[in-house]
Amino acid sequence: MDCPEIITGIKNIFPQFNPISASQDYPDEVSLSVEPEIFKSTCLAFHRLLVSPVMMMFALDEREKSGNFLIKCIFVNIKQGQWITVSMALGAQTASYESLARSLYSANLFEREIREMFGIEAKGNPDLRSLHLHDEVWPAGNYPLRKDFKQAQAGGLGEYKFARVDGEGVYEIPVGPVHAGIIGPGHFRFSAAGEPIINLETRLGFTHRGVEKLFEGKDYVLASQLAECVSGDSCFAHSMAFTHAAEKICGNIISKHTRYSRAIFLELERMYNHVNTIGGMATDVGFSFPAAYASIIKEAILRLNQKIAGSRYLKQVNILGSVAVELDEAKKNIICEDLDKITRDFSELAGILEGSVSFMDRIDTTGVLKRKTAEDLGVIGLAARASGIGLDLRKYFSGVYQEAKFRMITQSSGDACARFKARVREFEESARLIREFAEKIPLKETNASDFKLKTGQALGYVEGWRGPVLYWLKVDDAGLIERCKIVDASFHNWQGLCFAVLGNIIPDFPLCNKSFDLSYSGNDL
Amino acid sequence: MFKILKQRAIKGIVTKYVEPEAYGQISLAGKELKALIQKRFGRSLHIREVDTGSCGGCESEITSANNPIYDLQRFGVNFVASPRHADALLVTGALSKNMLLALHKTYNACPEPKFVITLGDCAFDGGIFKDSYYTAGAIKDHFPVVLHIPGCPPTPLQIVQALTAFLKE
Repeated sequence: MDCPEIITGIKNIFPQFNPISASQDYPDEVSLSVEPEIFKSTCLAFHRLLVSPVMMMFALDEREKSGNFLIKCIFVNIKQGQWITVSMALGAQTASYESLARSLYSANLFEREIREMFGIEAKGNPDLRSLHLHDEVWPAGNYPLRKDFKQAQAGGLGEYKFARVDGEGVYEIPVGPVHAGIIGPGHFRFSAAGEPIINLETRLGFTHRGVEKLFEGKDYVLASQLAECVSGDSCFAHSMAFTHAAEKICGNIISKHTRYSRAIFLELERMYNHVNTIGGMATDVGFSFPAAYASIIKEAILRLNQKIAGSRYLKQVNILGSVAVELDEAKKNIICEDLDKITRDFSELAGILEGSVSFMDRIDTTGVLKRKTAEDLGVIGLAARASGIGLDLRKYFSGVYQEAKFRMITQSSGDACARFKARVREFEESARLIREFAEKIPLKETNASDFKLKTGQALGYVEGWRGPVLYWLKVDDAGLIERCKIVDASFHNWQGLCFAVLGNIIPDFPLCNKSFDLSYSGNDL
Repeated sequence: MFKILKQRAIKGIVTKYVEPEAYGQISLAGKELKALIQKRFGRSLHIREVDTGSCGGCESEITSANNPIYDLQRFGVNFVASPRHADALLVTGALSKNMLLALHKTYNACPEPKFVITLGDCAFDGGIFKDSYYTAGAIKDHFPVVLHIPGCPPTPLQIVQALTAFLKE
């Protein structure tokens, strides 16, 4: 059995721990498989040992091969830069397991998702309402991610039950799914008495397109196009996480040029989105000049993307084992020149906003997400860092970021102001990193790749601008994808928003929402 | 305040901030668009945007078309917050089953006369999500679509040009 270190660590907390198998498939991945009886205790022990929320939890339908469903739960070990996968096999007849959510809340949404997609019940979870497949349109008893699912059979339709707040003077405000702005669809149900919000319940899933099912049976080329369409403002992060998983499976050796180029593109994506969010926050407090200014900067970055990668949203840049564009001297000069202009404009923008008393007063102490709440909910990414949780994959996993002495940005107050400041600082850090990467980037090597996937399974991960983007990929013997599980940081963080707005007045909701700036499509899949 | 005024003076008219060539194209298409909207819609065309399951890329480009560089509004195109104020619906996305009812309600809330424009490859026939168990087919099968703007996502300039070409017909 491999990896004795982690097993000793876990045995100190949970003496009965006795895995069926343990292996280290990749330097950054440890897989353990356990009996269903101790699955819950093992997960809780890992949660305590690693201080990690459930980063991913999902099921696989392997009934054809072994007669079992598999359930996997993944934690991150930042100290060692490793991912820990705990898995169990459930007999096709059992199709239920003991819920983790009562003791480990960050598993809750995943359990709901597994129930609606596979029909595997988490016993003891008090809330098993559907997330993506709305009861009003999707007949009960159809589980689309099961391998034998062909098309939906007729069945009973139902209705979603919102949490209700009773009491004198309490009223509800339903908002959406169609919103007033040019944004994605989602339903928000506010319960309020007077101005302050007592409860907010989000109902999402309106952009559910069955992405994970569409991945199945696809080859690398088609699947990478699909990954780029999961969340349009994180095209590059998604395609990079997907490609990372595929490269781990295929054992590609990634050249320096590729690693630096990808880091540059990832940071450019972060920059245009952060400045867009900052502009959006200005819009939501009615401060139109900085909002317009931010959109000019965003356009400048999109144009830079077009010039160096041929795509405003960095599509079709990643290819298996390499990148499709070469960042030569001429392009490096373009990047540095444009970046000077962009950072100059940005510091003016940040100066205007930070120097405006009314703007700072409005965002200060608005939408506070406490650190404890964020930890319990499993909030990750920028929103978590603004609440003081120091988790950034760029810092803890080896690579070009460590060489460039990446500085992680954290804030402690957890309010809209903290998220604003974190974005401003991250923008500046991204600009610094890009300059540094551009300086170091070597010439492109020619390496032929046939884009054929090998059989295997791996986890791909990347720190996108919202937070970690995770792709767990399994490829069958024919080189086609058997299962692809995607988790965008939005999936964890929407719950954070629901808690951050409590006690705030309803007119501040758009501001709180924009300060998180979460993806609808990345959540709904 | 001083900073704002300073930046305002330095930046000047930012529609000229982009490359001269692009500026020429935008102005050219825009002028034509403006004249057409003057004639056909009595000065302004009001559009309500609805996302029925897009990835957010199309939304980002529609927002870009409203930024100070393209500034679609100067040609008479306004994006409105309510379907009650709209002449047209601009629909993006692969039409998720969850959005079908909402889209019908939005369409019914638009006053007559009204028309539907689809934008982005997904909105044409589901695009890359066409074969999914959860998409409800092409938008044109449910609503009278008069114009489709292709692209994944179409650039702001392509949006302006497509609108102009359509109104010319």
